[in-house]
Amino acid sequence: MTQQGMFGAPGSGDTSGYGGLVHSNATPGSSSRPFGSYFDDVVDSLERAYPAFSDAIEKIVIDRGELTIHIRASRLQEVAKILRDEASLRFEMCLGVSGAHYPAETGRELHAIFPLLSLTHNRRIRLEVSIPDANPHLPSVVSIWAGNNWHERETFDMFGIIFDGHPGLTRILMPDDWAGHPQRKDYALGGIPVEYKGATVPPPSERRAYR
Amino acid sequence: MTFDPYASSRETTEGTIYSVTGGDWDDVVTEIGSTKEEHVVVNMGPQHPSTHGVLRLILELEGETVNEARCGIGYLHTGIEKNAEYRNWTQGVTFVTRMDYLSPFFNETAYCLAVEKLLGITDQVPARASVIRVMMMELNRISSHLVALATGGMELGALSAMIFGFRERELVLDIFELVTGLRMNSAYVRPGGVAQDIPEGATEKIRETVSQLRKNLKDTEKLLVGNSIWLARTDGVGYLDLAGCTALGITGPILRSTGLPWDLRKTQPYCGYETYEFDVVTAQSCDVYGRFLIRIYEMGQSLRIVEQCVERLDSPEYQGPVMVEDKKIGWPAQLSLGSDGLGNSLEHIREIMGTSMESLIHHFKLVTEGFRVPAGQAYAAVESPRGELGAQLISDGGTKPYRVHFRDPSFNNLQATAAMCEGSQIADVIAAVASIDPVMGGVDR
Repeated sequence: MTQQGMFGAPGSGDTSGYGGLVHSNATPGSSSRPFGSYFDDVVDSLERAYPAFSDAIEKIVIDRGELTIHIRASRLQEVAKILRDEASLRFEMCLGVSGAHYPAETGRELHAIFPLLSLTHNRRIRLEVSIPDANPHLPSVVSIWAGNNWHERETFDMFGIIFDGHPGLTRILMPDDWAGHPQRKDYALGGIPVEYKGATVPPPSERRAYR
Repeated sequence: MTFDPYASSRETTEGTIYSVTGGDWDDVVTEIGSTKEEHVVVNMGPQHPSTHGVLRLILELEGETVNEARCGIGYLHTGIEKNAEYRNWTQGVTFVTRMDYLSPFFNETAYCLAVEKLLGITDQVPARASVIRVMMMELNRISSHLVALATGGMELGALSAMIFGFRERELVLDIFELVTGLRMNSAYVRPGGVAQDIPEGATEKIRETVSQLRKNLKDTEKLLVGNSIWLARTDGVGYLDLAGCTALGITGPILRSTGLPWDLRKTQPYCGYETYEFDVVTAQSCDVYGRFLIRIYEMGQSLRIVEQCVERLDSPEYQGPVMVEDKKIGWPAQLSLGSDGLGNSLEHIREIMGTSMESLIHHFKLVTEGFRVPAGQAYAAVESPRGELGAQLISDGGTKPYRVHFRDPSFNNLQATAAMCEGSQIADVIAAVASIDPVMGGVDR
């Protein structure tokens, strides 16, 4: 991820001198073994139980004491099923799915993040899947974790990710006839300027602010 | 048949459809009675006294039996997750506290734990701040459970339970007001600690309230535990077993009512919960009554924890700051209550305006700009009164969150409505939904 400028309203004549500043913030990259904690055990078990491991897993990230497994979208259901059923993994609970929109990552703009919980082994991991904005399709995991039903509807509602195989993918929080997907980065926050004692306060998204 | 604006009918391929939206009940009954079908779709809510907030239940009935139950939600969607992307990390607390408005301290703590994880300062949060967080959360658990019992009782016709519940909740809210200045939406827990230390004399007041609560909570217990009318409405109603709970991702009292002692405070402790003595309350019955018992006895366990917290807050080894030492993160302002309300303390103003230029710079930078959080993502979960409350945060390295997502237990658990209600009587729907205890502010966010 890169950021331009330290502060200022976008598009304005920022005279602070910081406007041209570009700095990148690398998100934590791929990790290598040993992963530490129970993470080696989880990855090994998955590798043993799943023949197409090397094809399905894009990368494994260990960051801030959490394991994130990045998975190719087409393989999501297979991996999910093994993670749930394999005795040494047994992630019997999926705590939903949340989306994230990275407009700068061409071809992988939309991410879906699945936090998993194993009651049997008292472990947590996270699955992450990236898909292109042009073809925002992802296989639904409702057939594996029924409780993901509403979470997938919410992620569809907010990000426009289409979960193929979902029993009834409709909007859940926004009205049925709403246009657009509000939590995408290209969807403006909206708001109106407020007048206060003669001065005008612009809406939050247009205020001069630090980045 | 004359046209009735409140009970019109139209022919469809499925047969005659009667739409009833109000009006004289006798007319409605006459109208429906003219057909042999007993197939009725009832739209309960979103404005209905028994649906626990703006929840819309769509019930397909065959006589009094519920064939299908579906929920309609979204009536309280406020876009908090989106809005938080436009404020700095500290201001995020003020937003998330408004999600599940009956358990604000859990929202704040989950959010702050995730921010601290992103910052890598989890170990630097002062012990005193963690004790205060635990104390506020446990008091909050009591007040939340009290509302669950009060509204649940009211919906099933036990009005005394409602009166008792709200009476006791006032006592807890008085402590919130004493400590944070506000009864709800306090924005008290902050990344790195809490906004300010508890005021002088607070521990004494909390001790008094705890003993008062111990006495008063017995009232609700005596009123309803084993009460045959209450049992008739709740025993065996809203059944959901362990397999159902895991499939639907259900946590909290509903999961514990299946006999599984899954409580994040014990299984994955945070804020130092492993150092407190308390028991995880479970039931075996998988029904509304079991969940009710769990809430009743969990309040007792929470009082135990609060007592231990108060003891620690008074002991010398837990004296000290309530915010991280790191001046680049810790909120600089010390608040105090003046004659004109809550504001920056005079001492702090004197320091930044009179003695220390560095303090002034830090104050200015932190208040206007906020702190930067290294890029990455983190998930922090706490055991809220309704189950696992998870905060999934993503940072792009800036002063504002890139993405804030809350995995709210009410939102998830409400999915169990169909599993609990279908095949039962319509009156049992009320009991089942009350036992889920959804808070629509958290469901819709």
